[in-house]
Amino acid sequence: MLSTETIKNDFPMFKANPKLVYLDSTATSLKPQAVIDAEREYYEQYGVNVHRGVYALSVRATDAYEGAREKVRKFINAKSTKEIIFTRNATEAINLVANTFGKSIGRGDAILTTEMEHHSNIVPWLPPPTPSALRAAPPNQGGAELRWIRVTDNGELDLSNLGELLKGVKLVAITQMSNVLGMVNDVKMIAKKAHSVGAKILVDAAQSTPHMPVDVQDLDADFLVFSGHKMLAPTGIGALYAKQEILQDLPPFLRGGDMILEVTKEGAQWNELPWKFEAGTPNIAGTIGLGAAIDYLQKIGMDNVWQHEQELTRYGLEQLSQISGVKVLGAPTTPAATPPLQGGVTSPPPTADARPSLGKLGIGRAGGAGRGAIFAFTIDGVHPHDIGSILDEQGVAIRAGHHCAMILHRKFGLPATARASCYLYNSKKDIDQLVKGIIKIQGMFA
Amino acid sequence: MSLAMYQQNILDHYKYPRNFGPLLGAQHHAHVANPLCGDELDFFLKFDEQEKIAAVKFTGQGCTISIASASMLSEKIKGLSRAESEKLTKDDVLKLLGVEVNPARLRCATLSLEAVQQALGHH
Ligand SMILES: Cc1ncc(COP(=O)(O)O)c(C=O)c1O
Repeated sequence: MLSTETIKNDFPMFKANPKLVYLDSTATSLKPQAVIDAEREYYEQYGVNVHRGVYALSVRATDAYEGAREKVRKFINAKSTKEIIFTRNATEAINLVANTFGKSIGRGDAILTTEMEHHSNIVPWLPPPTPSALRAAPPNQGGAELRWIRVTDNGELDLSNLGELLKGVKLVAITQMSNVLGMVNDVKMIAKKAHSVGAKILVDAAQSTPHMPVDVQDLDADFLVFSGHKMLAPTGIGALYAKQEILQDLPPFLRGGDMILEVTKEGAQWNELPWKFEAGTPNIAGTIGLGAAIDYLQKIGMDNVWQHEQELTRYGLEQLSQISGVKVLGAPTTPAATPPLQGGVTSPPPTADARPSLGKLGIGRAGGAGRGAIFAFTIDGVHPHDIGSILDEQGVAIRAGHHCAMILHRKFGLPATARASCYLYNSKKDIDQLVKGIIKIQGMFA
Repeated sequence: MSLAMYQQNILDHYKYPRNFGPLLGAQHHAHVANPLCGDELDFFLKFDEQEKIAAVKFTGQGCTISIASASMLSEKIKGLSRAESEKLTKDDVLKLLGVEVNPARLRCATLSLEAVQQALGHH
């Protein structure tokens, strides 16, 4: 496991809140000093605009900004920086795709998604709410059918009828890791199947890029989106990866300065990739912060982050399953003890005692199924909001609600759950604190 | 101080809500919900000849604060005239609860009042 005591020293939030047990990194992560310093350094030392300036400070700002793009490219192993577009967050990146690529999807076509998506990967694909005025106007789909891959009681995707579901599909929009179940989907296999029917695949990597190695070429993702703030970077910066040959043909999303080469009274000529999709002054400080966050993560190593969290997943599931009256959503064990998904997940079940190495499990690079350290749970007879409030009193920060996954919660017949989630600064001690809190709650409500 | 919210009498009203259940022959009914946390309440009211609340019942699901406030409010409004019950405010409900409700949970506390107000407005 990682040395969390050392890691915690890098996060000023733990200095300001020494007793904090932070188990809400799925919502947003804490930020290391290095990220905060990178943003501050930009504002204090070279805080000028990018791209258009000819003076040295502007060149420095441009280099830092474009340097962060190269860091992102390397981080997800894209072929070219032309394929990395900065956005505000994962949500905006999905909306960018919906409003450009999505416009080519129309009546008679279908979009395939799953019941475990975050609202950000559902709502952009839904038909507009009212039949009249709105339907005529913006979004992506001129009446494309939205189809759903079912989630089983165990929190896995039911891929048994994937071939059937893929008929007529133009886009598969799927999360790599559920922000409620922690379940990891085999997006590599699904991408292969999608491509075989001519569909493209959009991977919501908001929960995977922070926690595991992600390789867009290996996954063969057409689009992949993530948010910086969930992976140690500042809020307000995220990214869209898309294959160059797709981006080339797409119309711009937002229009204005920076995304043009030439403007005349008759029209404009779009800028080259990736700037064609970055209208206006970008979030320069945030982008530089994202670069610093990637540096920090890579110094530790994404394999190590994932292994650390696998240990926490195992420990958390084991501890929580021992408390009667507590139910955790998703598979009850880590994939080491879970048989492969039905419907063609290819990763072989590792032997029970083998530390599942990334390669063996096919997690991350291979994109196999697995489970991250996210525990959405219920306590019999106690509302999740009460769980959240009482844990808060004990210094344990978790989230209560539907976690932007109403469809998934409805499916399980739950209006809400409490959710504890881990990151590289969490230790088994944090899970012990959670368990202690839960037992206290059960005592109060007994 | 959120633990302060969980006073014994609040927990008691949550575990054993008063006036819980449907009301046959109710003249007034309202359903309210807070989709954010999944809380739902149904309030049923019956008036007598003097236009006083003769019977009140509620059903639903929710957190400690929303169920306790519904339970306490149902006790409070029994016997009130229409005018009196229409005058009830958020502060009255908070006073019934008698604890400091943290801002994130205010809506839970007032959901029952919303139900009663709606029920009074809907025949
Ligand atoms: C799986 C998943 N997708 C998308 C998002 C949206 O991220 P953002 O709000 O940063 O756009 C989240 C955030 O919780 C998420 O967990």
